[in-house]
Amino acid sequence: MNRYLLPGGVFLLLVIVLYIGIQRAPQKTVIPSALLGKPAPQFTLPVLGRNESFSSTSLAGRWHAINVWGTWCPECRVEHDMLLRIADSGELPLIGFNWKDDDAAALDWLAQLGNPYSVVVADRDGRAAIDWGVYGAPETFLIDDRGIVVHKHVGAMTPAVWERDFLARLPRAAALPGAVTGAVK
Amino acid sequence: MMRWVRGFLAGVVVLVLAGNALAIDPIELADPALQERYRDLTHELRCMQCQNQSIADSPVGLAGDLRREVRELLESGKTDDEIREHLRARYGDFILFRPVFNWRNAWLWVTPVILLLLGLAVAIRVIRQRARLAATDTSSPDDPVP
Repeated sequence: MNRYLLPGGVFLLLVIVLYIGIQRAPQKTVIPSALLGKPAPQFTLPVLGRNESFSSTSLAGRWHAINVWGTWCPECRVEHDMLLRIADSGELPLIGFNWKDDDAAALDWLAQLGNPYSVVVADRDGRAAIDWGVYGAPETFLIDDRGIVVHKHVGAMTPAVWERDFLARLPRAAALPGAVTGAVK
Repeated sequence: MMRWVRGFLAGVVVLVLAGNALAIDPIELADPALQERYRDLTHELRCMQCQNQSIADSPVGLAGDLRREVRELLESGKTDDEIREHLRARYGDFILFRPVFNWRNAWLWVTPVILLLLGLAVAIRVIRQRARLAATDTSSPDDPVP
């Protein structure tokens, strides 16, 4: 009887390890951001469609979300209605990060589908995106009032994700219609 | 049959050479030493979009941006380690094809060693037992089977 104890135990252990592995498999397709818990990278980028630039320093002190998108990105089209709903709710200012896109196409997109963003910056050559560790649009970052990256979602924004991963992380007082207006020279 | 084999081999050779002709990255740095480091670095950084290719082998836009980043960092005089760290800070360990040892992946590195030692211990025990059996066994291989 004793001679079956060790192999049996090892087998059982293997089953447990593999079972946990299978359970967690879906999470493994998403690469966690290296920026979580770290200060959000600073950027100064041109404002889409305007002859001025916007600096991330003007976002200091308030909770906000940065949404990376492009007109070449089909999933961005999928999440657009959700972004408009978020903008309507005024729960959190959305900063648009137009990634490696054509300005005219991007302006056209916003004119046709509606503009959910407080401000849209254009990262035409993708340099700022590297600082953010962006690897596939759409990506949405949640930044707190101390300028720390609190969460990153890769893929289309859904009501469930917004509720669970973004709103749930906000302190109650932060969910103000924080209007990020104008652009900084 | 022979001709068929020769045709097949010729096809393989053509395909292998075609791969070189279609190299993704046309960038040549002025300094050959930098070019060498550039080639090595771009081959050990992962393309985050395609995930099983290095940024040297991938045609997607982001890989091109990352190659440009590596090139610019090299030209600004950064060391290979600084460049790896620069990208790791932004994209995480995942961007390195050669993972670094840290406390989170320690068990991955240590488990095979432990298993090997365990196997060795079992093997030694079994061999010792057999040896002891042989020593106490007075019968000869030529004895008739009981």
